[in-house]
Amino acid sequence: MAIIEVQNLIKKFPKTTAVNDVSFSIASGSCFGLLGPNGAGKSTTIEIMEGIIKPTSGSVLYKGEPTGKKFRQEAGVQFQSTALMDFITTREILVLFSRLYPKPLPIEELVQLCQLGEFLDQYATKLSGGQKQRLLLALALVNDPEILFLDEPTTGLDPQSRRNFWALIESIKAQGKTVILTTHYMDEAELLCDYLMIMDHGKIIAEGKPRDLLEQHFSDRCLRINKSAIEAHLSKIQEPYEINGDTVEITSQNLSASLTALMAMEVEIESLQVSPRNLEDLFIKLTGRKLRA
Amino acid sequence: MKNFLAIFMARNKEFYRDKASLSWAIIFPVLIITLFAFSFAEDKPQYKIGVHVADVEAMDALQQQLDIKYVQWIQQDNLPKAINKIKHHQLDLLISSTQSPSLRYWVNASSPGGYFLEQTLLDKSLALPLTLHKELVNGRAVRYLDWVIPGILAMNMMFGCLFGVGYVIVNYRQNGVLKRLKATPLNAFEFLTAQICSRLIISLITTSAIFIGANYFFDTLMLGSYLNLLIVAALGAISLISIGLISACRTSSTELSNGILNIISLPMMFLSGVWFSLEGAHPHLQLLAQWLPLTHIVDAARAVMLDGASLGEIAPHLWALLGISALSLTLTPMIFRWDKP
Repeated sequence: MAIIEVQNLIKKFPKTTAVNDVSFSIASGSCFGLLGPNGAGKSTTIEIMEGIIKPTSGSVLYKGEPTGKKFRQEAGVQFQSTALMDFITTREILVLFSRLYPKPLPIEELVQLCQLGEFLDQYATKLSGGQKQRLLLALALVNDPEILFLDEPTTGLDPQSRRNFWALIESIKAQGKTVILTTHYMDEAELLCDYLMIMDHGKIIAEGKPRDLLEQHFSDRCLRINKSAIEAHLSKIQEPYEINGDTVEITSQNLSASLTALMAMEVEIESLQVSPRNLEDLFIKLTGRKLRA
Repeated sequence: MKNFLAIFMARNKEFYRDKASLSWAIIFPVLIITLFAFSFAEDKPQYKIGVHVADVEAMDALQQQLDIKYVQWIQQDNLPKAINKIKHHQLDLLISSTQSPSLRYWVNASSPGGYFLEQTLLDKSLALPLTLHKELVNGRAVRYLDWVIPGILAMNMMFGCLFGVGYVIVNYRQNGVLKRLKATPLNAFEFLTAQICSRLIISLITTSAIFIGANYFFDTLMLGSYLNLLIVAALGAISLISIGLISACRTSSTELSNGILNIISLPMMFLSGVWFSLEGAHPHLQLLAQWLPLTHIVDAARAVMLDGASLGEIAPHLWALLGISALSLTLTPMIFRWDKP
């Protein structure tokens, strides 16, 4: 059952059309990933869904009704970047936001869930990047939301903080909440999302479950080998290949045949890696450019 | 040197490409200079003589007859009010010629200007067929400090209300705090009302503290009701907060907001009679001053503190403040936006 339905969404700005007739729906209890390069229109789409931006045309329905007060009471939102008020502590911010909702979670529960105990009495503006992201997630969860919007929540975090954040999201998913996530990190999307939608130039260019998308777009494998090991034999390689720095990437439609050919050429295969295609490969294939943080 | 030039050029580009701030940086001083050039085109004489006569022609005739030079002559319609001005040092000498050739004049015993003008008047009258009747204004002499304190309190309130609301909201908008609040069930009315009430309480507490301190240390004059003064302060703060709110309704640059708030506050600081009486200033300037809320706050507070005025006597000022507040507070929720344009 769809918790949110987006119908023929268009958002035009004076010099550009950020969202160009986009329609999709999100199943209740799922983790929906919205991917796209910078300027693809994903943040505009998500902010229209959140009720922050008004669309030029089209509609967003939450539980079959236009988004309104009920939606704002039941939705949790974490923006890409949010400054917090000066001279207000973490605890005071939590209390402030909890008072804005009719049925807030107990502060202690939020503190435990998002691990805020160490900096409860520090000013929110003095927190580190990881601490601030945890606090912003706590604010998004303060109303015990049914639907949670996370716009690039781990951008700028160190690897440890990212993994802690993922664990938090997994626990939120386990509670049956709907999560809508935008990210530039493909490993994050692959790990957390049940369903993906890829946007570029304001349009949906692909959507589906991560595994289905990869199977749909790739039947090949990528063989990576050190350039020094194969440099002398490049002219004999029959399959398409690319040189990326010190590595040669060979696109193989038939793994056995490719390996046999390399062995026949007496190529040193100690450095050989066979990689399945991943979301980043899919993204580059679809958008023609790498994602940027 | 290369590093210096790189930063120097980058900062220059940053400045001139921010069109709003650039405009304010140029428009603002031009406006202020124009305003002052227009208002104070002629240097006004230092001493002021109020003349209670039927019309301007009668005043001109008396001016010619007395032939006292380098003095500003100001016609007065209302004798009791004019006498009060002598009390407050807003006039140095008051002359009434309604019973010519007899002249009555009022002077404040503690006014240096009054002393000099009285001596000149006595000297001139020796050669004229005039009988002079002196009226000494009784009661406590109003020091300049007594006269200026209501203005300083009001001015302090003005800066607190305008910048404490206007600048803060624009800063909230610029750094995304407003956007985050928009994603909650909080509505614009609740947000704006909270801003108004918070600043109103802060403003009344700080103004009261300064008033009490000034009263304790400098024994400032307070002839009227404290409740009436509190009403003036509350209505004044609300009108200033409402102007701060409307200035911040859509702006998302703190630099632009600063410019807007300066262009609102600085003319009020100079043209609302905070530091000097506008009596005798250009009529257009006096008319302009009537549109400034600070003028009404200062005039009403002075009337209460120095004349013991009742609410009825300051009602026009209170209505003006209510009108400004009602207009601004009606428009603000209509044009307020949470996010950057």
